[in-house]
Amino acid sequence: MLDNKELARYARHISIPEFGREGQEKLKKAKVLVVGSGGLGSPLLLYLAAAGVGHLGIVDFDVVDDSNLQRQVLFTVKDVGASKAETAKERLLALNPYVNITVYNTPITSDNALDIIKDYDVVADGTDNFPTRYLVNDASVLAGKVNVYASIFRFEGQVSVFNYLHEDGTRGPNYRDMFPEPPPPGLVPNCAEGGVLGVLPGIIGSMQAAEVIKVITGVGDPLVGRMFLIDVASFTTRTLKVLKTDVEIKELIDYQQFCGIGVEEPVKEVTVEELESLKNNGADFQLIDVREPHEFEAANLDGLLIPLGEIAKHHDKVAKDKQVIIHCRSGKRSATAIRELQDLYGFDNLYNLKGGILAYGELVKK
Amino acid sequence: MAKIIIPSPLRKFTDNLTTVATSGNTVQEAILDLATQYQGLRKHILDTEQNIRSFIRIYVGEEDINALDKEQTAVAEDTVISIVPAIAGGAY
Repeated sequence: MLDNKELARYARHISIPEFGREGQEKLKKAKVLVVGSGGLGSPLLLYLAAAGVGHLGIVDFDVVDDSNLQRQVLFTVKDVGASKAETAKERLLALNPYVNITVYNTPITSDNALDIIKDYDVVADGTDNFPTRYLVNDASVLAGKVNVYASIFRFEGQVSVFNYLHEDGTRGPNYRDMFPEPPPPGLVPNCAEGGVLGVLPGIIGSMQAAEVIKVITGVGDPLVGRMFLIDVASFTTRTLKVLKTDVEIKELIDYQQFCGIGVEEPVKEVTVEELESLKNNGADFQLIDVREPHEFEAANLDGLLIPLGEIAKHHDKVAKDKQVIIHCRSGKRSATAIRELQDLYGFDNLYNLKGGILAYGELVKK
Repeated sequence: MAKIIIPSPLRKFTDNLTTVATSGNTVQEAILDLATQYQGLRKHILDTEQNIRSFIRIYVGEEDINALDKEQTAVAEDTVISIVPAIAGGAY
């Protein structure tokens, strides 16, 4: 039951005729699991806490980085280096002390997902990679929970409500009905390459919060069997129908493998120590940096800049007659570049810099 | 000349164009024309047998082509075709 202070706090909700005290009571009784407390999770958690959702679970094992602050509005400069989930809890309790919060400062995996999800009514997916998205979807379906989905990339966002329980007991479509298979690794760029407009997760995460509140209270018409798309660059919006297919989810699987991650052929590598000694010995080799120009500008190892997306076009700039060391930020994009050059142009003299410029930075610190 | 809306992840293959005008009387012909105009896009939207890849959805208006005549869905001059890929961002 809502006490007098809560009734006063939520007065603007309670005044909405179709929401009323009943809607607010439903929010108080609800348990919502938010997976990821970053770009989408920030506005989502802030609004769900402000709205008076009684119990929030936060899954995030990451720590706050200065580069998160461009969009992750839950955090401030003093939080850099601290646990996102713990910091989020503190911030949300300062906003609304009537909310109970459980923190899962751990990655969500096939081993723990069902155990975490089982205690919640609704799951809200604000993760940043395909394996976790499929995992959250499948676990939500197996546990019989609604999965309020949102995703962002550059200027574009997607929102939908998956696995919704209809009054007749049937379920609405889920993520696998829309996307039975993930794209191959490398097609959809990662965060450093792809980028995202800082305000976009604010818009999309707020929409996601609205859908969570609608699902809990039964107010309005949730985005079931439909996917909302927005491109804020052109301000075009579309709402597309999502068909239910006969896709069946029987158990949780190895999602890294499902998404083709870590199953690629290994590439030849050199360590940052080996690179240092090649340099010191005056060895004849070519160093190529496949990051984006803005990353190169921030810090570089004096390599030739050819961003991953242009590597095939500029294959003639890659030496064939000597050792070529290719690097990126962490070693992932450079491995993709090497595979592409090997597959398309038959190179056999390419080496990946293990750990990328990040590892080099660590070596320099030592 | 159906218009195809290109999603962000694929725009690097279309010189950053957000829409591309295509010829053809069906979705399949329009998509093939798109892949011909922008060869770099081909392997990302079509498999080796020229079928549309399963990780993207094709819409005509707001309808999934699987609810219409699939790749053979007829398109007219003013038809808007959307390529909708999975995107995964959120936490970062």
